[in-house]
Amino acid sequence: MKRLAAMICALALAAGHAGAVLPDEQLRDPKLEARARTIGSELRCVVCQNQTIDDSDADLAHDLRVLVRQRLVAGDSDRQVIDFIVKRYGNFVLMKPPLNEETWLLWLGPVLLLAVGGVSVAIYWRGRTRSLPSLSDSERAALDQVGRGDAA
Amino acid sequence: MRSLIYLLPVLLFGAVIAAFAIGLGRDPAILPSTLLDKPLPTFDLPAVRDGDVGLKSSDIRGQPRLLNVFASWCVSCRFEHPVLLALKARGVPIDGLDWKDQAAAGARYLIDNGDPYARVGNDQPGRTGIDLGVAGVPETFVVDALGRVRYKQVGPITPDDWTRTIAPLMDRLRAGT
Repeated sequence: MKRLAAMICALALAAGHAGAVLPDEQLRDPKLEARARTIGSELRCVVCQNQTIDDSDADLAHDLRVLVRQRLVAGDSDRQVIDFIVKRYGNFVLMKPPLNEETWLLWLGPVLLLAVGGVSVAIYWRGRTRSLPSLSDSERAALDQVGRGDAA
Repeated sequence: MRSLIYLLPVLLFGAVIAAFAIGLGRDPAILPSTLLDKPLPTFDLPAVRDGDVGLKSSDIRGQPRLLNVFASWCVSCRFEHPVLLALKARGVPIDGLDWKDQAAAGARYLIDNGDPYARVGNDQPGRTGIDLGVAGVPETFVVDALGRVRYKQVGPITPDDWTRTIAPLMDRLRAGT
């Protein structure tokens, strides 16, 4: 019984994540299919925008999965396949947007916020130390006395 | 000067709220076309209507034209259809691309609902649609006299879209700018 459970678990793990990729879409060559899966997990479905084309059941996602596999069989590199889709649908289809003039705020925003926070804290601390009231004459005299007492 | 620093978080918060207000008001389904100011991709599609010639990318030039992507199964296309018929009556040249649809179903749709198109091509495999960056139907491209895409409308053209955006653009294109 235990052995059976272990076998089922092992098989389930070996099956991996197929999402919405249908058996008749898959390539015979496991290497090409693996590349297709990698590409499919990086491309956004333009119909249901929070899913990748591998996860989506949308008809267009199916067409794009087939297209990706056709390009791979035709000998395209992974980069070329992704560029092929990006040329048609724009950078939006990339799950991981590239750093360019449109997305710099997205990528650098956290760093900028951290910098703004850091500068604010620095200004706050400097302001605090500066704004201590200066010593009055009697306080200074008292302090001098304490100093002398220590030296003696 | 010091009060300005205390005001800064409030101002930043206001800026974030403003950014969200603008961002949330936008429809994320509307993607900018990568074809803007570029020539239409080449295609040569079979006919939808009986005994017709179909649609080639080289047909869509000579004067500013609309290329309307539709399908018989598309609900919002039926909503848009009367607008297209009205535009045809006004002499606006419109070509149709029947996307991911059986040609016979597309032909039936045009017989039942009226036919606003000068030429119609059938793209049952949907590959030309992908070349055009079509994410759904209806979508409409404004193509200039040189066959370049100048605008893409995602979703049905309402009379308002026509008078505010598309008609002025086509007037400008006709004037040759």
